[in-house]
Amino acid sequence: MTCTEFLAILDDVIDESIAAETRTEIETHLKKCGHCEVVLNTTRKTIEIFRCHEIYELPTEVSERLHTKIMDRCKKVR
Amino acid sequence: MSTIQSIAGQNEQHPDVALVERVRAGDIAAYDTLVRKYERQIFRIALHITQNREDAEDVMQDAFLKAYEKLDQFQGNSKFYTWLVRIAVNESLMRLRKRRTGKLVSIDEDLKTEEGSVPRDFADWAPNPEQNYNQSELAEILRKTIQGLPHGFRVVFVLRDVDRLSTEETAEALGLSVPAVKSRLLRARLQLRERLSRYFRRKSAPPTAQEKRS
Repeated sequence: MTCTEFLAILDDVIDESIAAETRTEIETHLKKCGHCEVVLNTTRKTIEIFRCHEIYELPTEVSERLHTKIMDRCKKVR
Repeated sequence: MSTIQSIAGQNEQHPDVALVERVRAGDIAAYDTLVRKYERQIFRIALHITQNREDAEDVMQDAFLKAYEKLDQFQGNSKFYTWLVRIAVNESLMRLRKRRTGKLVSIDEDLKTEEGSVPRDFADWAPNPEQNYNQSELAEILRKTIQGLPHGFRVVFVLRDVDRLSTEETAEALGLSVPAVKSRLLRARLQLRERLSRYFRRKSAPPTAQEKRS
């Protein structure tokens, strides 16, 4: 497996949707290619960080205000 | 065993289906539950597209109202959330169009850049690099990083990786093909990784505020 071939299936590797036979090829490639190993690990970490940290907080008072407005508007429809 | 699981999976009803049915039958309290369940996610998607809090608040209200008005058109072939996201994305794009005084805005714009489609930075990251920053510093870094992406990439990344929708659901919510979602997701992930590497790489990580003071 080349780096380009690895990159082409990077998303499938991250999403763990890889056929068993390809998995061995990937492991062999990663053992000898430090760059691809870093790309894989740091891309996984990128996703994890964005998943674990809310960057656009919706403060409770704003959420309550909007929620009330939404429900008031809906009640007027029917 | 797998056959039993897959049959069970097919018959399993998403909890939103019952709520939608109750709303259709006139139970507005059931809609209140749906709004509470998804309001933060809808606000986040609207803000990722519009990049403006006021607009995101308006989009959130309009999207939930529109979904309520159109609930009879919801077929139930897709998840309620996917259908709701599609409404919110359209409302967000309309809001952007208003800001740009009528200039056409689509989910496909600004995607010509090839930046980040091939990794260039191979520096390894520090272990748990996010711990080198306090909560607000980290949020600022993440905001700056994701804001640098075209909105067509941002929204795919958020739906797939943060909200954990499937590729098919993301395609449906955005009106894109599955290959388009896949291609955007790879490029979004790689671009974000490349940009975050500036902050998180092992050797050149900038000192924390605490280290600067000591």
